[in-house]
Amino acid sequence: MPPTNYHLLVCAGTGCRASQSEAIVQALHEALEHHGLLSHVQVVRTGCFGFCEQGPVVKVMPDNTFYVQVSPLDAEELVAEHLVKGRRLRRLLYADPLTGHAIGDASDMAFYKKQIRVALRNCGFINPENINEYIARDGYAALARVLGELTPEDTIAIIKESGLRGRGGGGFPTGLKWELTRKAAGTQKFVVCNADEGDPGAFMDRSILEGDPHSVIEAMAINAYCTGASAGLVYIRAEYPLAIKRLRHALEQAREYGLLGENILNAGFNFDISIRYGAGAFVCGEETALIHSMEGGRGEPTVKPPFPSESGYQGMPTNVNNVETYANIPIIVLKGAQWFRGIGTPSSPGTKVFALAGKVNNVGLIEVPMGITLREVIFDIGGGIKDGKKFKAVQTGGPSGGCLTEKHLDVPIDYDNLLAAGSMMGSGGMIVMDEDDCMVAVAKFYLEFTVEESCGKCAPCRIGNKRLHEMLEKITSGHGVPEDLNRLRSLAQVIKDTSLCGLGQTSPNPVLSTLAHFEHEYQAHVNEGRCPAHRCKDLVHYVIDAESCIGCTLCARACPVDAIAGDKKQPHVIDAEKCIRCGACLEKCKFGAVLLT
Amino acid sequence: MAIVKIPQQKLEALTQICRSHHNQAGELINVLHAAQQLFGYLPAEVQEVIANELNISLAKVYGVVTFYSFFTMLPKGEHPISVCMGTACYVRGAEKVLDEFRRLLKINIGETTPDGRFSLSCLRCVGACGLAPVVMVGDRVFGRVSPDKVPDIIHEFAPEYTV
Ligand SMILES: Cc1cc2nc3c(=O)[nH]c(=O)nc-3n(C[C@H](O)[C@H](O)[C@H](O)COP(=O)(O)O)c2cc1C
Ligand code: SF4
Ligand code: FES
Repeated sequence: MPPTNYHLLVCAGTGCRASQSEAIVQALHEALEHHGLLSHVQVVRTGCFGFCEQGPVVKVMPDNTFYVQVSPLDAEELVAEHLVKGRRLRRLLYADPLTGHAIGDASDMAFYKKQIRVALRNCGFINPENINEYIARDGYAALARVLGELTPEDTIAIIKESGLRGRGGGGFPTGLKWELTRKAAGTQKFVVCNADEGDPGAFMDRSILEGDPHSVIEAMAINAYCTGASAGLVYIRAEYPLAIKRLRHALEQAREYGLLGENILNAGFNFDISIRYGAGAFVCGEETALIHSMEGGRGEPTVKPPFPSESGYQGMPTNVNNVETYANIPIIVLKGAQWFRGIGTPSSPGTKVFALAGKVNNVGLIEVPMGITLREVIFDIGGGIKDGKKFKAVQTGGPSGGCLTEKHLDVPIDYDNLLAAGSMMGSGGMIVMDEDDCMVAVAKFYLEFTVEESCGKCAPCRIGNKRLHEMLEKITSGHGVPEDLNRLRSLAQVIKDTSLCGLGQTSPNPVLSTLAHFEHEYQAHVNEGRCPAHRCKDLVHYVIDAESCIGCTLCARACPVDAIAGDKKQPHVIDAEKCIRCGACLEKCKFGAVLLT
Repeated sequence: MAIVKIPQQKLEALTQICRSHHNQAGELINVLHAAQQLFGYLPAEVQEVIANELNISLAKVYGVVTFYSFFTMLPKGEHPISVCMGTACYVRGAEKVLDEFRRLLKINIGETTPDGRFSLSCLRCVGACGLAPVVMVGDRVFGRVSPDKVPDIIHEFAPEYTV
């Protein structure tokens, strides 16, 4: 069989690049050259496939074979077996964790079965640095349709009818926002894309910009047409160098093709986009802060109203939407509002992209229809909890959200249900925690983040969160008293009620939700001086069980502070005074003799 | 305040940066990004020049520099080490990795080793959460780092270190 038409898709997202995917591309080129196939087979660097846990990933098209954990050394064999001999290289296929069977076709993997790709439709399929590949998949057809056939009002009506809600966290109806910006009075208007993605542990927007930057550019142009804006701005985190590079490249290409600039598609429509860089401040994701930051100032929020749609960048009406919100627009324009409403739930149509991370087997980027349950996400797509441990909680909504527990596993995920369950959709971070995680320490972790990121403008957030954090510090270090729990609750409520912006208004959520669902863990800390998950250093004690210890001396040699004494073949003893609770002995002991109390 | 004289050549490059942003106050953050790339950090003298060029007060420049964690007024080490403290990395044990760097390099977060080789900081999510815990040294990303891999990472950049 002549191996024509093969495409080798190599993930070139941040995750896979960190594990050498660039070297794999080189090695594949060499192997193809060696077999004389260089002119028949294309190697394409694509955006993220989502299955980051098993990266670096190489996909062979058209037969949709999915190779995982590929190393540059595998390139020669992969080309020789798959492309020359026409058979899959079993060794590199993904093995189903339940059955152990190697799976060849990506669509048979549990990880992909329940996913629907709308916002991520092109990620991992096209070369993000080549505008022609985007165009070949109906790219810019929506812009052409809007400019050629539809009025701004028609277009806004489609978006409104689709029921699309903002994916940046708030869930505000997108069509309505566009309409408000259109109706607002102003000599000039702006379109802004919020690519600040501050939630730590979330990487949805980054992956879209790295894998499919043109979809965002196209949507911003459509928005400009609808709202009457003449300039667009993308506010992107400086921590995302690859996304910045791809976006800049895409902007240049779009200008070359006359899709940005003057008289776009001969429709007499002018629009261009420039980039603004963040500088590491979470609060700049809040839209008013973001606007101040784009103007060159400190990113401090201001009171709403006025909303940006009335008075935003340079005091002009400004439409701010999130990256993923924009990525949905072109396909809604092409396929229609009814098609979109066919996915998801009535109050939250469409899909949501989540960054699934933490203690699950399949860490990665997933896109699922709204209405799917947490159980399906964590156990079917995520492949369950790592190392066979027990599921404890999942945090959605990042530092503004809350944790959901076992009893929420069957709740259908949408904006309203998550709010009702005491968390929120947020931008899509989903962190899974297992029995080894202490929920008090998790709440403290998020508070640490908030304290660091509070802009300091208003007192409840600046001072209140600091005090909350101090109380949690006191509890996790073993100095808590029972009254502390009520103090936590009432202070948290004050902060929520009186803070100026969304950061302060939501920052106590991790405390309140862990208190609601895991009060017994707080109780154990304050009443018994015990951390049930053995996570809080000051509350755990390492001891050696004399019965199981055979005196191999491994632990004594591993201890960095010489806290372990004992003769060879005699049970050892840990000096609690010297012990710094680093856990080195526990890791080294092969006989399970080191115990935590 | 110690007076650090900016070498003439770099001074020209700095004013050139301001000019390429049309000396506009609204471009302050972009100017600071470019200036930090040029100098490695943003000492007071650099801020003074920028304030003059953009015709804004030094207080405003200083206010912006100190607001954003990306900007620093202290020089970093030759090999800046950043341990990711994003949530995904945290739940997979990033704290222990950070402790190990602190112990072995004998510096705290935000500090630089006396010989200027390494500096240590935390950051929040580089977007490689699938590889958690993640450590960055300069541009290099190290994934699935455990405390016992820390000496190897240090040795890769400073083979003569005895840790
Ligand atoms: C503290 C805080 C942080 C936020 N961070 C982000 C962010 O990183 N990305 C984002 O798109 N929206 C973020 N938002 C929401 C924005 O303010 C705004 O609602 C959103 O960009 C609107 O776009 P959408 O309607 O398309 O979701 C944040 C809000 C708050 C209060
Ligand atoms: S709530 Fe916090 S982040 Fe928001 S304005 Fe007040 S101090 Fe700043
Ligand atoms: S949380 Fe560390 S890379 Fe995302």
